Amino acid sequence: MIVAEPKSLDEIKAMTEGFDRILMVGCGTCTTVSLTGGEREVNLMATALRLARKVEGRDIEIGEQTILRQCDFEYIDELKDVDSYQAAVSFACGAGIQGLARKFVGKPVLPGVNTQFIGFNEEYGYFTEQCKACGDCILHLTGGICPVARCAKGLLNGPCGGTNNGKCEISKDKDCAWVLIYNQLERLGNLEQFKKIIAPKDFAKAGNIRSMDLRKAGD
Amino acid sequence: MGFKEALANGEFVVTAEVGPPKGTDISEMVHHVKMLKDKVHALNVTDNQSAVMRVSTIAVTKVLLDLGVEPIFQMTCRDRNRLGLQSDLLGAAIFGVKNVLALTGDHTLLGDHKDAKPVFDLESVQLLQVINRLNEGFDMAGNELKGKTDFFAGAIVTPEANPLEPQFAKFEKKVEAGAKFFQTQAVYDLKKFHTFIERAGKYNVPILAGILLLKSAGMAKYLNKFVAGISVPDELIQELADAEKPLEKGIEIAGRQIRELRQVCAGVHVMAIGTEDKVPDILAAAGL
Repeated sequence: MIVAEPKSLDEIKAMTEGFDRILMVGCGTCTTVSLTGGEREVNLMATALRLARKVEGRDIEIGEQTILRQCDFEYIDELKDVDSYQAAVSFACGAGIQGLARKFVGKPVLPGVNTQFIGFNEEYGYFTEQCKACGDCILHLTGGICPVARCAKGLLNGPCGGTNNGKCEISKDKDCAWVLIYNQLERLGNLEQFKKIIAPKDFAKAGNIRSMDLRKAGD
Repeated sequence: MGFKEALANGEFVVTAEVGPPKGTDISEMVHHVKMLKDKVHALNVTDNQSAVMRVSTIAVTKVLLDLGVEPIFQMTCRDRNRLGLQSDLLGAAIFGVKNVLALTGDHTLLGDHKDAKPVFDLESVQLLQVINRLNEGFDMAGNELKGKTDFFAGAIVTPEANPLEPQFAKFEKKVEAGAKFFQTQAVYDLKKFHTFIERAGKYNVPILAGILLLKSAGMAKYLNKFVAGISVPDELIQELADAEKPLEKGIEIAGRQIRELRQVCAGVHVMAIGTEDKVPDILAAAGL
């Protein structure tokens, strides 16, 4: 899933300063699971913002709606009374925020979260990055552990000199991906794979204006 | 005699390093270079060492060449993509640089511009392959060069890494990728180092053991605690703690270690970060 962290009340308050009727839209998929953009979090942020504005004597009306996904237009169509709001704050990932913006024509759509990474939930409230969406997967070469996402330098041919007791040079709290990969390949009886030099990554496959087209010509 | 030739001739080779300064005043650096000029075979020029922004390596290698000192051009992959790395290598070749030390480089988070975008388009193993490709007359994309390079490429290894196995496998990859010499992380535990050298021996690549001057017991403890791949044995820490003048004791220890290492490896790389003026004393203590 895509993991996002909440923006602060101060930031959201500053973004919505000029409005007195806004819609806060939660996303029922990724950001709900990452505990930052679901129904509950939208309600907490809306309540906090209403209070903050009330204290300043400038009440704000906030509608709260959560849909299954904001990266799917059919769910966005389920939103009600969108025309009556001056602006919307989206609590989805960057794709969801832009999906909402596509449908909320002529009105500002503001980000309620900072999209962080593709990863998973290690334990309640703790998420780790697993994938950089690099467009050229090599997990079959690295024992199912991604060095592009999990090595701080994205190295492809083994640990750097900064690895120490299995930890990364940037933090003692982070595992060295290449020590994990070595151990896993050893368990798989495939250390020969570790010894093969992996060629430089083809960055033409990543970081550009990407799209994927499965439509057949003539369809 | 040049660095490469000295290694080929089996001489005991000595290298040291100069750190480009932060700023345009190079007077102190030039003073150190002149002091070391006739004491070493070559001087490494570091590349934004510890991810701290400094004068460019390429400019400082030119200063060294003008002073008649052979540089070892350190190149990290942190600050340039493959275009930048290759074009700087060609530039260095024009200046007359022969030796290149291919490094991945410390992460930007360890340095003084933590908010920088770290590049790491390539890494040390791949950079070694690129250098060999330039030597053959081609760039990474397969385009033919108008005038090829003639680099003598090296790499680093951490003989006391923990765990050692993944590091050793990477060492083997570096040899395969074309590393013709190695300089090591600082070694203090000579027993462990001997084990490494015996294992590395079959690859027949000259290895220069890293010598880092210990200035005090506190520094030794700091290295043990915070620096990857360095383990100063307790006896050495005690020796420094008991000494009246710890710096002089450190010089004595370094000299003693070089004398011992002389029996087992191709040379030494002396690092005296901040106390470059002590390098001649270390070499004198080693009988060099």
